Amino acid sequence: MNFLHLFLIFLAAIFLALWFFSRSAALKYGRFAILLLVATVMLMPFAWLVCSAFKSIDAMDRYTFLPPPSQISCDNLNLDNFRSLLEKQPTLSGPVTFWRYVANSLFLASTTTVVSLFFCSLGGYALAKYRFRGRNAVMVYMLSSMAIPAVVLLAPNFEVIWRLGWMDTYKALIIPGAVSAFGIFLFRQAMLNVPNELLEAARIDGCNEFKIYLTLIMPLVRPMSGAFCLISFMGSWNAFLPPNIFLQSQSKLPLPVILNQYMGTYVQHYGIFLAGTLLAVIPPAILFFSLQREFISGLTSGAVKQ
Amino acid sequence: MSVGQLVTSSPKAVPAYSAVTRRRSRNPRAPYLFLLPFFAINLVFFLYPLIYATVLAFYQTNGPARRAYVGWGNFAFILRDPDFHKALWNTTIFAIFSIGLQLPLSLGLAMLLNSKNDKFKSLFRLAIFAPNLVGQVFVGIMFSILFMPRYGLFNRGLQSLIGWGLEEQWLGDPKLVMPAIIIAAMWMYVGFNMIYFLAALQNVDQSLVEAATIDGAGPTSIFWNVTVPAIAPVATFVVVTSTIGSYQLFELPYNLLQNNGAGYGPSNSGMTIVGYLYQNAFANGDLGTGAAVGWVLTFIILIISIIQIRIAGKVGSET
Repeated sequence: MNFLHLFLIFLAAIFLALWFFSRSAALKYGRFAILLLVATVMLMPFAWLVCSAFKSIDAMDRYTFLPPPSQISCDNLNLDNFRSLLEKQPTLSGPVTFWRYVANSLFLASTTTVVSLFFCSLGGYALAKYRFRGRNAVMVYMLSSMAIPAVVLLAPNFEVIWRLGWMDTYKALIIPGAVSAFGIFLFRQAMLNVPNELLEAARIDGCNEFKIYLTLIMPLVRPMSGAFCLISFMGSWNAFLPPNIFLQSQSKLPLPVILNQYMGTYVQHYGIFLAGTLLAVIPPAILFFSLQREFISGLTSGAVKQ
Repeated sequence: MSVGQLVTSSPKAVPAYSAVTRRRSRNPRAPYLFLLPFFAINLVFFLYPLIYATVLAFYQTNGPARRAYVGWGNFAFILRDPDFHKALWNTTIFAIFSIGLQLPLSLGLAMLLNSKNDKFKSLFRLAIFAPNLVGQVFVGIMFSILFMPRYGLFNRGLQSLIGWGLEEQWLGDPKLVMPAIIIAAMWMYVGFNMIYFLAALQNVDQSLVEAATIDGAGPTSIFWNVTVPAIAPVATFVVVTSTIGSYQLFELPYNLLQNNGAGYGPSNSGMTIVGYLYQNAFANGDLGTGAAVGWVLTFIILIISIIQIRIAGKVGSET
């Protein structure tokens, strides 16, 4: 019997008491209580991550989250983890700081996002708004290419990249990911809803096809663009396998590969790589909070007819 | 004339526009030009590698430059390799648990969340979905510490909840490695699948639910006769995509177990099929074996997906 048990028994007791008076009130309360418990469990690792990033190594073992308020001092709660993390570190390609890896990740993720936003929306526009010879064949080809698991391409793509001389360059990561059948389909779905009369009117006004795409269609599918940017950014930001395979110079590596490395380097001082993990989680979180609604509608648009 | 002609929703209904379309000469090459980037990239990084993978699977290679033809040797080696058996077993266990345990949980949470006029709904949804912000790599890193014996948050939580688990070596004990991976993946993906079920539940016809309630149907009967048929297409989609995703599991266990058995767990207890591919193709430099593993995995995924879609189709036609 401990505090946690008492708390759970307390929650159950309220449920029983409510059940006695009104069943619907009890069900409403039960629903709320379960969701609250689940949400707490889901958020707990994040709370723990934030606390751990600031704790000293002794405090890490002693307290699960934070020390009790009376015990808090600069000895157990400080910026030492970040200080060690952000120190310059000697590598084969000269001294490198952690910010360099953050910059690498930001560059890779934003470049991939912008490039694939352009190519995928362009392809989606062609499939949604033109009738041309071979269109159905193209659609069937794209759909079936989506059914092939990406891992079958890993080994042969390694050789393709090697023969192109792209090993240890960002080209190897950006160009193969610059356009995907999945992205084209997302944009096609969104663009089908744009009325054709609008395009006709623009044509009569003398707009060429590319200008219609850029100035008319793209502003109309802004919500889908938001969702796509987020999906694409997070995919690239969190990618581990391709950069791990294709990049070799230490100074070019993005965060996931670096933090994986640090797990081995700082095995005794894990506060350091937890601080790094916290820094690595922040940029996608900011993006997500600003684009939350679009993201969820974009995720489900493939599976659910709106 | 069909080339480059605009798709109008009903050409006969708006004759004025079609007439304009015919008169104005538009560039019929535009759609091809717009799709050109896709085809160029797809050819080099998808179609060619896909065909080339079939060739490569019959060679033994040492890095990209040196190779020797071995016929079906790679496949024979994989199918006899105890490491591959271990990987296949682990990945299958993982897939079974993510469908049998995680998806019902996702559906349950979605049903709890799915009610009108609830100001907390979006807050709860956000909290449960939040782990998806974090990539598999970072989840693996976090859980490698959360699972620490005596000090880890998970071990401490388990101890205070059921009085067991404080000293368990989740990542060091071969028996506990797969449960640890399943738990970490559950934390990460339960909210992701919940979002799909939540969207599907919004398609459930409320008037049908009301009619069934008036006719005296209980919640269980409503669930099986109204809710399940309405969400069946999305459920099929979620089951098939989670199976495909489960069979490609790699980054989460590889990072979780980075300090335990070099990413594969003690005595390969956390080895997955893609982990096996990675080890052979990139750690050992035999791209040929890697390509062969890729094909074996594709074959497994294809068979399972087809069976699942068949079953879903049969169940769907009965209801």
